Amino acid sequence: MKRSVCNIVFGGIGGQGILKASEICATAALCEGHHVKKSEVHGMAQRGGSVESHVRFGDAVYSPLVGAGLADFLVCFHKDEHQRLRPFLKPGGTDLTDYLEPAARAITHPRHLNTFLVGALSARLGIGEESWTKAMHAVFDAKILEENLKVFRAGRSVEIQ
Amino acid sequence: MRVLLSGNEAVARGAWEAGVAVACAYPGTPSTEILENVALYPEIDAQWSVNEKVAYEVALGAAMGGRRSLFACKHVGLNVAMDPLMTSSYTGISGGFVVVVCDDPQMHSSQNEQDTRWVGIFGKLPVLEPAGPGEAREFVKEAFAISEEYDTPVLLRMTTRVSHTKEDVEISERVEVEPRPFVRDVAKYVMIPKNARGRHVVVEARMARLQALAERMPCNRVEEGCGKLGFVTAGVSYNYVKEAYPEASVLKLGMAYPFCDEKIAEFAGTVEQVVVVEELDPFIEDHLKALGIAVTAKDASFRIGELGTAFVRDIVEGKKKHATPVTARKPLFCAGCPHRFAFVVLKKMRVYVAGDIGCYALASLPPLSSLHTCICMGTGVTLVEGLGLAMRDERVVGVLGDSTFVHSGITGLINAAYNKAKGVVVILDNSITAMTGGQQNPTTGLTIRNEPTKKLDLEKLCQSCGADNVDVIDHSDIAAFEKLVTERLAEDALSVIIARSPCKMIDRRRRPVPAYEQELCKQCGLCLQIDCPALTAIDDGFIAIDGNVCVGCNLCTDVCRFGALKKNEA
Ligand SMILES: Cc1ncc(C[n+]2csc(CCOP(=O)(O)OP(=O)(O)O)c2C)c(N)n1
Repeated sequence: MKRSVCNIVFGGIGGQGILKASEICATAALCEGHHVKKSEVHGMAQRGGSVESHVRFGDAVYSPLVGAGLADFLVCFHKDEHQRLRPFLKPGGTDLTDYLEPAARAITHPRHLNTFLVGALSARLGIGEESWTKAMHAVFDAKILEENLKVFRAGRSVEIQ
Repeated sequence: MRVLLSGNEAVARGAWEAGVAVACAYPGTPSTEILENVALYPEIDAQWSVNEKVAYEVALGAAMGGRRSLFACKHVGLNVAMDPLMTSSYTGISGGFVVVVCDDPQMHSSQNEQDTRWVGIFGKLPVLEPAGPGEAREFVKEAFAISEEYDTPVLLRMTTRVSHTKEDVEISERVEVEPRPFVRDVAKYVMIPKNARGRHVVVEARMARLQALAERMPCNRVEEGCGKLGFVTAGVSYNYVKEAYPEASVLKLGMAYPFCDEKIAEFAGTVEQVVVVEELDPFIEDHLKALGIAVTAKDASFRIGELGTAFVRDIVEGKKKHATPVTARKPLFCAGCPHRFAFVVLKKMRVYVAGDIGCYALASLPPLSSLHTCICMGTGVTLVEGLGLAMRDERVVGVLGDSTFVHSGITGLINAAYNKAKGVVVILDNSITAMTGGQQNPTTGLTIRNEPTKKLDLEKLCQSCGADNVDVIDHSDIAAFEKLVTERLAEDALSVIIARSPCKMIDRRRRPVPAYEQELCKQCGLCLQIDCPALTAIDDGFIAIDGNVCVGCNLCTDVCRFGALKKNEA
């Protein structure tokens, strides 16, 4: 059976670890045997400007970009960016912006926001736990792996009423 | 094995697999990661060169000497390397030579939107154009084969969305290539008129052979579909076409130049309506029209910026591009960035600032608004001289970074001295090439692999170039910096001020966050004018300091006139 393409938009401002978040997600999708594309921005915009990264996976992915109104998931890292990013979301798509508040309560340092949000996303993607663990190992240095696995698990189990 | 690679990582991987021995580049978004990744392979002699012309020539030399070699740059970098490029087309190479150029449609991080495919026509060189990382790896290898078989440099044209997209790519192992014997061949390598005339004949004959090759290249492929539409497309645009019209017939040009005229004509004959989809200039479009093929092509409004899936439908329907308003947040200097000190002072002095390319170009944006030109690398020196010739009464200060000065500022400084120009040039020496993510350069004393090497002495260099004054100052003392610039501007001399303070990407030390006493705050907003990411306005014009962002540079305490922001010595 052909697996349809899943579209995810990550966005926020430079320095929030957005590219790392999309890297974990794309790597997990690859471990799960999907064809994956992920777009990044480098350079000028990264100096505190808006940063966006798109991840698409499934059987056959062509465009590296998610079009307006086509995202299944929106992972927004900063409430000020939400208005700009929301048009990506398709009708009925999942907006993870509501996780910013529980994330702020759960994490001890802003550098963990990306891992927490990926954890929250991970519970909804139909990618197996083993692939996520492999991805986390691939993306993080041994020194900071343990703390990030902890944050990831916290994000993965967070419930929103 | 399949691994997740960006287009740039895939180029590096492909080059390594192809047995590349030498690779040279000067950084530039979106191409920088090519050499950064090449440098991870110990078999390859990799270097950050001083600029693109030097990089091109060193790599060309290695190719002439018989080794497979690679040069990489961003689109405007190729302008700097055009001189050797044009004549290396005549000399040819010996070991394979691949020239990777990354264009930046949409100007995510560039000063213009030039389309490198034209260099194929202008320089009489073959151009390959991958649509994604997987093809980037394959095409690099193909490019080396073509280079050696046809004795020519081969261009590999990438764009931001190819360079900075990651996808799962099949990889394989390195195959070592025997160095080709070096031959002394004066008629081939000494391009005096007599020999060059002979080589031009060779070049034209080569173009004819390459055109025949284009007809056979599997990367120029037809994907038969149904319906009346037939797309001719290349590069990343191919993906948008497949997404928008999955059933349509497509001729995908993996070789952007020379064109496969017969294949194109044959394809056009099998469909009712030929639609050309390409980013930037009408490169394919013009050629098809010249072949007498009726095409539907994009409205001129689409020559600006990138394409996307939705735009492909608009192009087919003959619409104009509807520009989407930019709502993205503007970039700004990092917390504690030493450039901020310089521009707070230059703004206060109300001088005209001839700027250059680097992080400091951000100072042109409000509220700092204190950099008035940015054209290409080196103009932070040369425009001081040129503007000075035109506006004798205006005070002009040139500003450029350490990497940019070494890239293109030195010759300008010698020119100014030689031609008796006066003025002040500030070298913002943050000991790194910051804009492109933090690369080493001759002023840092480290190589691309972070090995210690000879460190360029900027002070002695500027003296030798002929500067009358060379001052070195830590400009985080803004009062001292202002005094020095004012003094030097008043003199009838050519002065270089080296403002030395490390980039916050390399100097991670933090000092205590300043104290803010709201009772003393007069809500004047002066501190907000320094555009620090750690300072935000809250209600009624009071401010808040984000302790996670602030690194304790204390610039805000220097500009506050009411003592509301105070240095925290604790
Ligand atoms: C010809 C050319 N090559 C490369 C670039 C890309 N580029 C823009 S700014 C920059 C680095 C500037 O470094 P530096 O002058 O040290 O200033 P910093 O960013 O560190 O402040 C580079 C490599 C370019 N714009 N033009």
